Amino acid sequence: MSAGTTPLLVVEGLDAAYGRARVLFDVSLEIAAGEVVALMGRNGAGKSTTLKAVLGLVPAKARRLTFLDRSIAGLAPHRIARLGLGWVPEERRIFTELTVAENLEVGRRPAPDGRAPWTPERLFALFPNLAEMRGRRADAMSGGEQQMLAIARTLMGNPSLVLLDEPSEGLAPVIVEQMADAVRAMKQEGIAVLLSEQTAAFAAAVSDRAYGLARGEIRASGTLDAVSAALAV
Amino acid sequence: MDPAFLVIQGLNGLASASSLFLIASGLTLVFGVTRIVNFAHGSLTMLGAYAAALLAPLAMASLGKPLGFWTAIAVAAIAVGLLGVLIEIVLLRRIYRAPELFQLLATFALVLIIQDLVILTIGPQDVLGPRAPGLTGFVEIFGRRFPLYELFLIAVGPIVLGLLWLLLTRTRFGILVRAATQDREMVGALGVDQARLFTGTLFLGAFLAGLGGALQIPRAPANTEMDLALIAEAFVVTVIGGMGSVTGAFLAAILIGVLQAYGILIFPEITLVVVFLLMAIVLVVRPYGLLGKPEPIGAGPGAAFALTLRPWTGVENALAILGILALAAAPLLLDAYGVTVATEAVILALVAFSLHLIIGVGGLVSFGHAAWFGLGAYGAALAVKSLSIPMEAALALAPLVAGLGAALFGAFVVRLSGIYLAMLTLAVAQILYAVAFQWVEVTGGDNGIVGVWPADWASGRIVYFYLVLALAGAAILALRRIMYAPFGYALRAARDSALRAEAIGIAVRRTRWLAFALSGAAAGLAGGLWTFLKGAIDPTVLSIPVSVDALAMLLLGGAQTVIGPIVGAGLLHMMEDQTMPLTDYWRLVLGLVLLAIVLLAPRGVVGAIEALREARRDETRAAKGAPP
Repeated sequence: MSAGTTPLLVVEGLDAAYGRARVLFDVSLEIAAGEVVALMGRNGAGKSTTLKAVLGLVPAKARRLTFLDRSIAGLAPHRIARLGLGWVPEERRIFTELTVAENLEVGRRPAPDGRAPWTPERLFALFPNLAEMRGRRADAMSGGEQQMLAIARTLMGNPSLVLLDEPSEGLAPVIVEQMADAVRAMKQEGIAVLLSEQTAAFAAAVSDRAYGLARGEIRASGTLDAVSAALAV
Repeated sequence: MDPAFLVIQGLNGLASASSLFLIASGLTLVFGVTRIVNFAHGSLTMLGAYAAALLAPLAMASLGKPLGFWTAIAVAAIAVGLLGVLIEIVLLRRIYRAPELFQLLATFALVLIIQDLVILTIGPQDVLGPRAPGLTGFVEIFGRRFPLYELFLIAVGPIVLGLLWLLLTRTRFGILVRAATQDREMVGALGVDQARLFTGTLFLGAFLAGLGGALQIPRAPANTEMDLALIAEAFVVTVIGGMGSVTGAFLAAILIGVLQAYGILIFPEITLVVVFLLMAIVLVVRPYGLLGKPEPIGAGPGAAFALTLRPWTGVENALAILGILALAAAPLLLDAYGVTVATEAVILALVAFSLHLIIGVGGLVSFGHAAWFGLGAYGAALAVKSLSIPMEAALALAPLVAGLGAALFGAFVVRLSGIYLAMLTLAVAQILYAVAFQWVEVTGGDNGIVGVWPADWASGRIVYFYLVLALAGAAILALRRIMYAPFGYALRAARDSALRAEAIGIAVRRTRWLAFALSGAAAGLAGGLWTFLKGAIDPTVLSIPVSVDALAMLLLGGAQTVIGPIVGAGLLHMMEDQTMPLTDYWRLVLGLVLLAIVLLAPRGVVGAIEALREARRDETRAAKGAPP
């Protein structure tokens, strides 16, 4: 492990299925505090399902599923989220009927002891584009702006780990660069990130190490180059 | 016409609109967050009216007039709000993930239970409340007297809208409610406890319902029929306004209130037809209502109702033949009363089976099947009474009339899906009910049409039983044949994925429309047979309980199987027949039965037997070591 030493999230032997179709087979991974880990894999490999299963949003079974040394298996998603696990879904799922400021309000949770909580002001410093549109309805925003809002909304919950699902998907290169900045800023704040990605370039720019997922199984882990090479075969 | 009179009439409309808005706003808020259409919302309004009417005199005696009156209104509304909380915790929480049909049935069970509990505790008589102190006078508008209290009600609507707007945009609770209206799962993933949010929303919604009821008492007495009358109107308002939109509910309430006020001048008998026309026009132009979001609400009836077809085994064929033989022999074994009950059961089996075609096979959750049953019944009765045609021709006319009616309304209905469809079908049935009730010259109003007896050759109980068995049996077999025909497969394909069905060349809307008309025709035949069995009909053949009975039969038997609805019809009718003489509170019993189906046996009786058989088959396979 490159960054921290204490494991924040431990996943061991995770299986998940949609109805009768099994999607994940014995997935195991670990994230330490403050590190940025990429979960690489093609479309349909099971990346999103892995993240959702951790958060309790899809039915799953695991030999071990702990966050901050607490078992989170079977907990309601809102309880898991309150422990400090944030999630930014692939489809962003912004509340389009709400303004930017209201979207942030939905995400607001108290910070754990001793940490300065995220405020709209701090987030606007991180995402200057958002600052100018705090009163605007979210359906009047571009895809990139919505992606920023989705991350900012999750940060309002003061998470110690963020599950970031395909943050660079479908975005213009300029915006992708801003996303990379955002991930680095989170790391600087001591927030761990597990991000799912299809493209090696973005993952390489921000992550410390990687896991490779194919057909619902972990096929490789280690450096990004090694994982990319293993998945390419 | 006198312009002053028109102004007064408009003001009357606005006062009704305010009351309607209070009720509908609660319904739409609760729906927005929980995605449950709370059938019992009208019952909550009724309870608010009763509570206020009973409390106000006591409070006015002890607290003084104005203070006592308004305290009673507030206490009534809060008490109803707390009852909403109780309902959320005890019932709704268990059915958030259930198919919408179950949600509608479970909350309708509450309607039945609350109705009987009110009769049990307060009694069936109307309860008149006191008039509002200080607002008993009149103001003069263009030389006409207009009640001050009506003026007050006109103001209440916009005031409540404004307060709700402040609550929804200026408080954290309101922002969470709006966010959850759009995406509940995401709100949960951000750490918000949905259970508390839902409970809070139910309090708010029930509070508004209770307030709407409590504020009615100076205008009209509290009575046990308010609940269904109000909920039907509130459904129309929320559908026109757009489900989940409070502002939409306000606009729709004003539209309807004013339209009814003027409609009564033009068509005094059929004001509800005007309302329906408005609803039809709005839904054709904007299928999701004035301010609703174009999103599919309720994907369909869900797997619990999806008929799975497989060829019958030899045993099942034998059982079916045995069943038919047993029915054929029934008159030999039963006394006269028993034959009548058996005749009723066969007719109801056809009703349930015709509903099966559109729900189980077509995936269209109709909540107004009584419309076609009643249309057939009235068609046959009117044919005999007004046109003096013989029974045989009237029985041929009944399915024709009902089928044409279903085809006409069905053209609107099949444009919708899920909850909108359920509510539109319910509204259609309520409209027809209102027409039958109000158009006294033709339908005989509340008294109905009497003296419609079968032809001489069929007037014997046993002969009529065989006539019913032959006609209903033939209709059921024909419907079953349709289910197994390519048309039935196309209908199921459209149910399981409308998009994919379209893509392989199935005209989804036309297929559904045809099924809707066929189902209506079959129910109409049942209605015709019912008329000649009873010799008389009244508007109750078109009422909501008839629709719900049909649904209950379908679900009690199990909608996943072909035979389920028929078994369910037999079971429920027997239960009804056995229970009714013993207790005056059949509705209470039926309500509890419905709750039991929804909570304990969602696949119905036949479904439960099938599940047992599947489990045994799997066990045998496992014992043999074969792969499942």
